[in-house]
Amino acid sequence: MMDLLNNFVYIPLFISLYFEVFLLITFFEGKRTIKTEEARSSREVPSVTLIVPCWNEETTVAHTLDSILALDYPKDKLTVVAVNDGSTDGTANVLQDYAERFGITVYTKENGGKHTALNLGISRAQSEIVGCLDADSTVAPNALREIIKYFDDPEAMAVTPSIQAWQPRTLLQRIQEAEYDMSIFLQKTLSMLGALTVTPGPFSFFRTRVFKELGPYRHAHSTEDMEYAMRMQKARYKIVNAHTAYVYTNTPKTFKGLYRQRRRWTYGFLANARDYRELFFKPRYGHAGVLTMPFRFFTVFSALILVSIIITNAIHSVLIKLSQWSAINYHNLFLSKSFDFFYVNPSTVVILEILTLMFAFILIVGGKNLAKKQLFSKDIIYFYGLLAPFWLGGAVWNFMRAKNVAWR
Amino acid sequence: MPNSAWKKYVLAFVITAAIFVTALYISNQISAARVNEIAATQDKISLDIAASETQFALLGERSCESVGESTLSDEMGSLAAKLSYTEGRLGSDNPEVLQQKKYYSLLEVKDFLLSKKMTEKCGWKPVTILYFYSNDGDCPDCANEGYVLTHLRQLYPQVRVYSFDYNLDFSIIDTMRTMYHIKGPLPALVINDAKATYGFQDEDTLINSSPQLKALAKAAAAAAKNATTTPTR
Repeated sequence: MMDLLNNFVYIPLFISLYFEVFLLITFFEGKRTIKTEEARSSREVPSVTLIVPCWNEETTVAHTLDSILALDYPKDKLTVVAVNDGSTDGTANVLQDYAERFGITVYTKENGGKHTALNLGISRAQSEIVGCLDADSTVAPNALREIIKYFDDPEAMAVTPSIQAWQPRTLLQRIQEAEYDMSIFLQKTLSMLGALTVTPGPFSFFRTRVFKELGPYRHAHSTEDMEYAMRMQKARYKIVNAHTAYVYTNTPKTFKGLYRQRRRWTYGFLANARDYRELFFKPRYGHAGVLTMPFRFFTVFSALILVSIIITNAIHSVLIKLSQWSAINYHNLFLSKSFDFFYVNPSTVVILEILTLMFAFILIVGGKNLAKKQLFSKDIIYFYGLLAPFWLGGAVWNFMRAKNVAWR
Repeated sequence: MPNSAWKKYVLAFVITAAIFVTALYISNQISAARVNEIAATQDKISLDIAASETQFALLGERSCESVGESTLSDEMGSLAAKLSYTEGRLGSDNPEVLQQKKYYSLLEVKDFLLSKKMTEKCGWKPVTILYFYSNDGDCPDCANEGYVLTHLRQLYPQVRVYSFDYNLDFSIIDTMRTMYHIKGPLPALVINDAKATYGFQDEDTLINSSPQLKALAKAAAAAAKNATTTPTR
């Protein structure tokens, strides 16, 4: 039984390593393009509507709006719209204050969920480009210009930003920082492949006509940003990533908060992947169909498989040790044993696991490099790997029981 | 998708497969090096035993003075652990492992005979335990019995354990089995040529069942007590 389990480990290891190798090849192929992109600035200055959906954000929305008002973009070309989605706290007052002082547009509606707030803003947008920013995130002053330059490509229908963790302090937040950095690398590489399957809530921009052609946002299992990207992939609309457009998002401080957020994301992915299952393995949907969708789906389960194998092995060794201890009538278990190099004999699985982790580390460093951050800081990816299965497990459990998860 | 896109899928596959093959190769190379290490140790022990045997033949009774306790190799114990570890790694049906196990069994018997000779001629009193086990899955308690014996050996250096794989197809083991009338369920133990006992025995049971082991344990306990009560000056 143990042998069978241990042999099974090769499948997730192979697929994970394959994905990492594929991304690295893509990255090195396109490295020159990235340099050219970074050096280029936008040729045109299209009109932009930026929507901030708010639901009980009185403590964070001012910070978000301040960063928007500090954006380097012609004021006559940028319309800032805050949609108060039935907040019950002081959000309305804050928004009113900004409307009076800075002339932002405020719409107030009954609570209906983030997608309804976005749809209201989009339906009234008169601009060429429309985008949104979650009220828990802030942007760098040049972020919009960096986004807009990618719309110089007439085929680009949506542009996603480079999301970073905002001032990570706790261990849990530092772990998430490493993960966000890896995501920067992933987003850029997948963008080169035309295989992005998420247009993140913070600071993704679209040509306004996309919503006329493909319809408004849907509830989409509380992850409307994934659903919309999948809808665009299905229609073969081009999504690109502007890795120099920095957005800073607040990360959960507690394990419970992180668990709930990630469970929602994972559940949302699984449910949307089910809704868009026709994308899977279809070359006509490009790399999104052949690579991203199947791999992301597989990752959810492979992480669970790997960790259950690790846990089963750990329990097995503990049981053996206990039974040995009982065999010697609970006498001194640890007699001094000198270290013998003989027993340092890594099995194939261990070598492969180390390599997979090393490659993951390269992806993180690659992300930091793209984000122009210090390359080697305190990153604890391994620990993150141990946490992930909790929400993966929670999401799979909910998915199997088809129970929906609240978006916060 | 264009053809060039598929090429990347193939290239990534080739690289990943190459990484897998390399990992497998490295792991196998290390295992092979470990088997060679075992073989080299066995050769050294074999030479030591042959030397001691020759000394006995040359000197007869007088050999007791010239051959010290070191004649009996301490490496036998650690070698057993290494062999069983390698067996776990490479599988019990690995030809290299089987070969080394046979060699090891042969060395054990030689060491056993030598220790008997020393007991006879020089009046030494080691405790020898012959241990017959099986790892074909028909002896669930064998792993723990082996652990008890290893622990005993660590506690009392005078204990010499000779373990034999009951199912190893090797004439010397067949002879030992016949000599000691091993018939019952495994694990089977023979302590100082007494009658064989069958079935799992935990450490305390084992010590209490053998007067020699009991004496050893008592002496060790007394020595420990002495060490703690004797003033340093």
